[in-house]
Amino acid sequence: MSLLTQRAARDGAPANSLTSGQLPRFAEVSIIGGSAVASGLVLMLLGFNFVGWLVLTAIVYLVVLGVLSSIVENRRKATDRLVRGIVSVAFILAIVPLVSTLYTVVSRGISSLSWQFITQSGGSSFNADTLEVTNTPGALQAIVGTLIITGIAALISIPIGLFTSIYLVEYSLPGSWLARTVTMLVDVMTGIPSIVAGLFAFSLFSIIMGPKAFSGFSAAVALSVLMIPTVVRSCEEMLRLVPGDLREASLALGVSKFSTIARIVLPTAIAGIVTGIMLSIARVIGETAPIFMAASFTDNFNANPFDGPMQTLPVMAYTGFAFPGTDIDASHNAAWGAALLLVLLVVILNLIARIVARVFAPKGSR
Amino acid sequence: MSDDMTSATPSPRTTSRDSLKNSGSAPQGGGAGNGGASLRGSRVRPGDLIFHSLSTGSAIFIMVILAGVALFLIIQGIPAIVADWSTDPSLHEGFTLAYNNFWQYVGPLLYGTLFSSAIALVIGAPIGIGIALFISHYAPRRVAGFLGYIVDLLAAVPSVVFGLWGIIVIRPFLLPFSEWLNTNLGWIPLFGGQVSTTGSTILAGSVVLSVMILPIITSISREIFLQTPRLHEEAALALGATRWEMIRLAVFPYAKSGIVSATLLGLGRALGETMAIAMIISPAILVSIRLITEGENSQTIAANIALNFPIASTLQRQALIGTGLMLFVISLAVNIIARYIVTRGSAGGGGKKRKRPTLPITPMSDTSATTTLDIVTEEQKLGRIAVNSRAEGASV
Repeated sequence: MSLLTQRAARDGAPANSLTSGQLPRFAEVSIIGGSAVASGLVLMLLGFNFVGWLVLTAIVYLVVLGVLSSIVENRRKATDRLVRGIVSVAFILAIVPLVSTLYTVVSRGISSLSWQFITQSGGSSFNADTLEVTNTPGALQAIVGTLIITGIAALISIPIGLFTSIYLVEYSLPGSWLARTVTMLVDVMTGIPSIVAGLFAFSLFSIIMGPKAFSGFSAAVALSVLMIPTVVRSCEEMLRLVPGDLREASLALGVSKFSTIARIVLPTAIAGIVTGIMLSIARVIGETAPIFMAASFTDNFNANPFDGPMQTLPVMAYTGFAFPGTDIDASHNAAWGAALLLVLLVVILNLIARIVARVFAPKGSR
Repeated sequence: MSDDMTSATPSPRTTSRDSLKNSGSAPQGGGAGNGGASLRGSRVRPGDLIFHSLSTGSAIFIMVILAGVALFLIIQGIPAIVADWSTDPSLHEGFTLAYNNFWQYVGPLLYGTLFSSAIALVIGAPIGIGIALFISHYAPRRVAGFLGYIVDLLAAVPSVVFGLWGIIVIRPFLLPFSEWLNTNLGWIPLFGGQVSTTGSTILAGSVVLSVMILPIITSISREIFLQTPRLHEEAALALGATRWEMIRLAVFPYAKSGIVSATLLGLGRALGETMAIAMIISPAILVSIRLITEGENSQTIAANIALNFPIASTLQRQALIGTGLMLFVISLAVNIIARYIVTRGSAGGGGKKRKRPTLPITPMSDTSATTTLDIVTEEQKLGRIAVNSRAEGASV
């Protein structure tokens, strides 16, 4: 207050002491516009570049805002405005790669996406004896492989994850060592590098089946190592949200613990559980490294998860670039097509998850 | 968020357990307590027994899995770790030719892993924390959830897609930048050496890595920023602090340990990331701190495994599994340290234990679950604030 009056006295400021010593409300917007125009003009002289323009605009804006605010207002407010600007820029910095990634995948992949690409198994098949390479566009083998491997992984991890979370929430005594250890281990498991999961599956199956142990099932085991902790986490979270009153009411009516969980707790939490499971499937469906380790890659159609290498969409996207065939463009196109299909799958799974969460949410939770 | 839950959940659980015990003691008097049957063992229903053992069994199975991961990596890795690489015929060829033993091979790879992750962290952590701050304290409340969802979408993009994006977009994008760095700041060792013409540098790889670790850092820091006690923030604002001063005085001290562990969990993610590095950089197994050179880019463990696994012989595969074991140990250590920092933070508070932040349950939080939870949390928080202020009013 004393600061304000001092300033007002010094500047001979207007009578309205509440708004004196402040930048007007339109200042920020007009500074953004001004710095955009100014940096655009400067770049016109040097050669225009969209990214450069954005960067220059941000820098000019921050500098001008900081200087103006510290002249008109004070240093504290200038810092405040500066931090607000920096934080907003950081957010935009995160949006840029997201938009850019999605745009790149769609624009590059859309050309190779066709009905044939989805319904035909193909790719560049390499004959080691004759060194001949033949190219047919097609991703059917990869789509089937992805669905089979992810499906098996889900079949393994959903029961284990769900039952573990039921144990943690419903059965374990508070503070029992098993509950604490399992919680800690689940935390640790979320941090397992995906490639290590792949190595584990490969090691396990190479001990059982010998050195050429590539199979879809092995990849599914690797994926479930990655998937179980996320399933446990989301289910646990959802089960803990079920009000204790419901359990108590059920138990008080003489209903057994099993029926209470199966008839009362699980149905209440089912929307959240399904959402969490969907999202964890979306998470592992894009894993490349573990599948690459455990199921290797192939261009042959293989729908038997217990025998031989299996192709999947992420691995197809990777191998198309890492080990291109003789027709490099065709390999790259196939890779982009596979990447686009993969992104579409992930988006669909996310959408389903959100719809499930919206539609089946228990009444009265919102 | 989980703070609310951990503080909220024990009560229903203990009460339900109490009620169980009560009804368990009831049969002696009345004999109508089915709920207590499993505890007393007088009349166990088969459904109960099966369900209980199934859930306990899967909890134990998780321990078995983790032990199995370590065990099988050790079993498969040991032969190559103890072998003498200079004499062993199947190791003295191919990509393992130049090395005398396992440690000579894994050393530079370890360095490369830590180096690239460190760069990714230097780029990603400030941005990630900034975004978290933007979403939790700057963005309008109505759109904050949606903005968080957008950032979480980054976590949903498969890593191989980021790899492709890095090849097509980031490599050419960084080329002029790295040339400029090399000519103007070449005297700094980081930017020295022969500048790359393709852009397949460790800098490009780390930039993509930093994008990939953004969502995990952001979602964890955001949850912890949101847990800051409302009264602290309002007190700071009421004393005339600007928003930034409020954040510095109330939010940061409270969230310090959370920020550190969010960064560490981001590091853990970066350490194990395979595809971005494997697809983008043209690697060499050496120790170099140069960022933008041709052929002086330190290779990482994960990318090295991915590149060499298909062409490896059996013993070489075991060597790669040995390097994977090292990666497993490191990322395990990083993760455990991250969790430890948070628990120590909550233990160090003494009497103020409840007010310390806890890690959100899912680190890379699933989006819609988080948004629904946020709503619940807001309500709980409001409830707690009401309770707090009531308690304070009472004490005053």
